Amino acid sequence: MIPSLALVVAGGALLACGVYLILERSILRILAGVILASNGVNLLFLVASGAAGRSPIIGEGAAEISDPLPQAFVLTAIVISLAASAFMLALSYRSFQLDGHDEVADDVEDALVRRRADADLTSASFAERPGVDDDTESGGVQSPELSPEEVDPRDVPDTEEPELPEPLLEDEPQGAIDPDGRG
Amino acid sequence: MDAANLVPLPVLLPLIGAGVALCFPRSPRVQRIVSATSLSAVLVVAAFLVAFSTTGPQVLWVGAWPEGLGIVLVADRLSALMVLVSSIVTITVLVFATRQDQDAGTTEAPVSIFHPTYLVLSAGVANAFLAGDLFNLFVGFEILLFASYVLLTLGAPRERVRAGSTYIVVSIVSSTLFLLAIAIVYAAVGTVNFAQMSERLGELGEGLQLTIQLLLLTVFAVKAAIFPLSSWLPDSYPTAPASVTAVFAGLLTKVGVYAIIRLQTLFFPDSPLTDLLLWAALATMVVGILGALAQNEIKRLLSFTLVSHIGYMVLGIGLATEAGMAGAIFYVAHHILIQTALFLVVGLIERAGGSTSMSKIGGLASIPVLAVLFFVPAINLAGLPPFSGFLGKVALIQAGIDVGTPLAYALVFGGIAVSLLTLLAIIRVWHRAFWEPAREQDAKHRRLPASWLVTAGALVAVTCAITVVAGPLSSFATDAAHDLRDGAYVEAVEEAIP
Repeated sequence: MIPSLALVVAGGALLACGVYLILERSILRILAGVILASNGVNLLFLVASGAAGRSPIIGEGAAEISDPLPQAFVLTAIVISLAASAFMLALSYRSFQLDGHDEVADDVEDALVRRRADADLTSASFAERPGVDDDTESGGVQSPELSPEEVDPRDVPDTEEPELPEPLLEDEPQGAIDPDGRG
Repeated sequence: MDAANLVPLPVLLPLIGAGVALCFPRSPRVQRIVSATSLSAVLVVAAFLVAFSTTGPQVLWVGAWPEGLGIVLVADRLSALMVLVSSIVTITVLVFATRQDQDAGTTEAPVSIFHPTYLVLSAGVANAFLAGDLFNLFVGFEILLFASYVLLTLGAPRERVRAGSTYIVVSIVSSTLFLLAIAIVYAAVGTVNFAQMSERLGELGEGLQLTIQLLLLTVFAVKAAIFPLSSWLPDSYPTAPASVTAVFAGLLTKVGVYAIIRLQTLFFPDSPLTDLLLWAALATMVVGILGALAQNEIKRLLSFTLVSHIGYMVLGIGLATEAGMAGAIFYVAHHILIQTALFLVVGLIERAGGSTSMSKIGGLASIPVLAVLFFVPAINLAGLPPFSGFLGKVALIQAGIDVGTPLAYALVFGGIAVSLLTLLAIIRVWHRAFWEPAREQDAKHRRLPASWLVTAGALVAVTCAITVVAGPLSSFATDAAHDLRDGAYVEAVEEAIP
């Protein structure tokens, strides 16, 4: 069997575009990338299924029919990427509702650890009391939260406090949808 | 009745339960009963499967399609053991997952979807463990991943949406790669059935074999969180509710480890890329534990130790001997339970101290129950005798010394060092959260719900019980490892073709 070059090239191009878009920060662009990439893979399944133009129906003789299995795979894959698209759209919408944009932010704890490293402070887990750095080498800086370096605004979400929200009491009234999203 | 007919039940029962639970969105009590019933039934079925699997792999061709075209489910010793351990975890965490836990962090928790999603998750895990063909394994992965997307972003507060986005993008990319690998495998050998693949893959050219093996290894390494593909895990797990994090930490990465075991024993027993795996194991162990030492938040610290200890399992797989594989299987079973228990206890710590940040809590030793519940699994994780963590590590180190190559010795010393560093990380938590006085003047610890204490206690008791039954368990693991290498799997699947 000689695979169709057009299918291979088209599949590769779709995958390449998909990978490029997935590397973006906006969820909608990532979604576009996911759709492109999964369609690229589906095309490669068509390459695997052999010559085109025949139906995958049993009963017409083994030489006459096209292989039904890759078509079943593609069908399943399409359904799964539909679900993935739906979920990512919902995620993007929720992100937009909360922050006014759908860019994926960096991890807060991660950014904190990195800021301490940039400022040449020891890990927060070494500090004996909160807010006080006991490391004698760094001169016992009293407020490690203040970073002397400028921080890339993408690293630290602007309004986000580094602390996790306080857990709610049980008898907290069940309010309507809170624009802040954390009650 | 034929024992093979039991094989699809661990997948079917939770799915049916999910459907029923979805019909009662307004009554959490009914949902809890439905979930508990179906998961207990799965536990019983899994115990029977373990018993039957000792007589040989149980194989069921679903729908009895002719000539091996259909889906096949296989429960050999390894699969049956994994299903049993995972069902112990799912039923325990279900009891733990009360309303307070899901509500933490959001006022609008859609608790009505928790139970159906949780059941779908456990069906997906069982499907991945029992799958006898590559595409069904993919479907199992997708089922559990989609359920995990929903559980991870439960209630959709800001930090869960952020953490969930990373997790979802990483998972979808790895799924796309998996699909690509399936397309290549099908184009190359014309089948996705494990047994047929294991016979035909050997006939391919070396380059193609290597491509397929590396692709699949990459996919499974993302799922198993092996360095350098592990950075998504500590980022995404800690924001979820305690019960969800516990079940994720216990099960999801182990599905990836299980898939790597199958890949290395069934598909490519002759060209197993063992050196690459051993280096990856060393890097995973060391980088993971160094990450854990830098953390201030207990959930994140445990997520890093989770990554680090995946390295031990990969070490056992990479040794490619029967003893190494047996050690890896024992360690997987031990680690599923221990990691889940620890995350549940951290849920208790969060409840009692109001936070999981070590610079905010303290003085928890004044709650003796909590202190014991944390201390026992924690030193078990670090591998102090006489617990099962120690036994598992001894088995792996013994297997490494038997292999005797310089790289194997490096791994042995790496493993011992990482075990000590784990102890250091654990002692740090113990010191700062339990022994130091409370950080705030008027800190008063909140009461712990009895059901949480009982379930966490039960799981800790199970981890101790593993120590007691370590002898039978390790001989079971040795038999399972032997099965993996003597072709019983392929024979049983082909005999059962309708």
